[in-house]
Amino acid sequence: MKNLLSAADLDRDEALAILDTASQMHAIQTREVKKLPPLRGRTIVNLFFEDSTRTRSSFEIAGKWLSADVINVSAKGSSVSKGESLRDTALTVAAMGVDALVVRHHASGAVQQLADWVDCHVVNAGDGTHEHPTQALLDAYTLRGKLGDLADRHIVIVGDITHSRVARSNVLLLNTLGARVTLVAPPTLMPSAVGTWPCTTSWDLDATLSGKEHGDVDAVMMLRVQRERMSGGYFPSEREYAIGYGLSPKRLELLAESAPVLHPGPMNRGLEISSAAADGLRSVVLDQVQAGVAVRMAVLYRLLSGAPEEAVAV
Amino acid sequence: MTSHARTPAAQSGVATVLEAADVARIVDRMAHQIIENVAGSAAKSPGFDVVFLGIPTRGVPLARRLAERIAVFEGVTIPVGSLDITMYRDDLRLRGVRPLGETVEPEGGITGKTVILVDDVCYSGRSTRAALDAVADLGRPRAVQLAVLVDRGHRELPIRADYVGKNIPTSPSQTVRVNLAEVDGVDGVTVLDKDGA
Repeated sequence: MKNLLSAADLDRDEALAILDTASQMHAIQTREVKKLPPLRGRTIVNLFFEDSTRTRSSFEIAGKWLSADVINVSAKGSSVSKGESLRDTALTVAAMGVDALVVRHHASGAVQQLADWVDCHVVNAGDGTHEHPTQALLDAYTLRGKLGDLADRHIVIVGDITHSRVARSNVLLLNTLGARVTLVAPPTLMPSAVGTWPCTTSWDLDATLSGKEHGDVDAVMMLRVQRERMSGGYFPSEREYAIGYGLSPKRLELLAESAPVLHPGPMNRGLEISSAAADGLRSVVLDQVQAGVAVRMAVLYRLLSGAPEEAVAV
Repeated sequence: MTSHARTPAAQSGVATVLEAADVARIVDRMAHQIIENVAGSAAKSPGFDVVFLGIPTRGVPLARRLAERIAVFEGVTIPVGSLDITMYRDDLRLRGVRPLGETVEPEGGITGKTVILVDDVCYSGRSTRAALDAVADLGRPRAVQLAVLVDRGHRELPIRADYVGKNIPTSPSQTVRVNLAEVDGVDGVTVLDKDGA
């Protein structure tokens, strides 16, 4: 595997290989010396054209714990703010001899485009409303930790599907891993092409969570309402959204005791998720953050540690 | 070292060097040697601790067997852990990406203990070098020793095993294959000629 641009790049074997590798990487977080040598001498650049806290810092930690040299370049304070094009920026950074670019961009498809221009490995750390494959991997890792094998498990993803790269990557990856996915959103926040996705959909959160609509629910993932991507008019008011689609304490009781509640963060408490759900026993929000480093270590290890693909004649 | 493709044994160029009974007897003898050397004093003077670190895949069941036999002979319980050395190998970039084995710290950790690394075959010594690096990241043992079921020679580094089950002279063109019931369903050691394998 040269690049990780989409969750669809991963077949079942590769996805499981990353998740298994991640569980070995996870163990290092409790060690005194949090350092492993496989990427010694490799250079990774985090190229972030959009703000991020957890994704960028977890990629940085992941690279450093694998002994790679990691450099952060963000749009603010770089030549990008002087008007340099995406292509020129990418080629400039790549020309310094980096081994991998971890790229986040506000435009859907920008990372795929960039990967065609450079020779080094490229990891998609989120492109617009398109994909965020490492988030899907860490969600799957967290779910596997709670539920075991995900085959035939029923995962419900709730919220702003239209603007969510997390939802798309999760649907693709969970489907690859054999799970069933139901997307729940108000009609205005459900993408029009959702019929082509490998999942079922619903507009009724209560009916879905209680299992009346698509069968018993094994886990629920709440998505952030992305105010910054909305040009308004998707729902009448925040209060109305919270009533229809927020994970309230009452809705929480529709779930089985064992059903984990996920949220990719940052959370809008009181909007898509209540504090009772965010801090409750079912919440695995902090497990997700912890899994983020392990999963990104696994991805960097799988992409960068071996011989270049063309050199491995099978 | 033993990562060459495993092929069915019923073919020419395959010599069985050790049968299941031989393996059991050798493990018993190694257990006695370890007791004489270090573990015996663990019972007498508390604080002088020994732990086993098996190197996956076959070093781990081998370490467990040694610990079991020592428990039977001496009544001493020696903690067993496993130490994956994949990320410490010096040939990581010569082949495609490798899956990782499991690293489990033995109960009580390794700092201040005598660590006995356990592997199935000692060959170039490169796995052992990798294991020494991996041990250093896990803690600071009082001493590190090496126990191997088979020493096949051809060392490429200044490394020597402290406990050797069986010295098997081989040529570099051969493959030594250790089978253990826990992994392979049956105990035994065979030597394969590479062109016959």
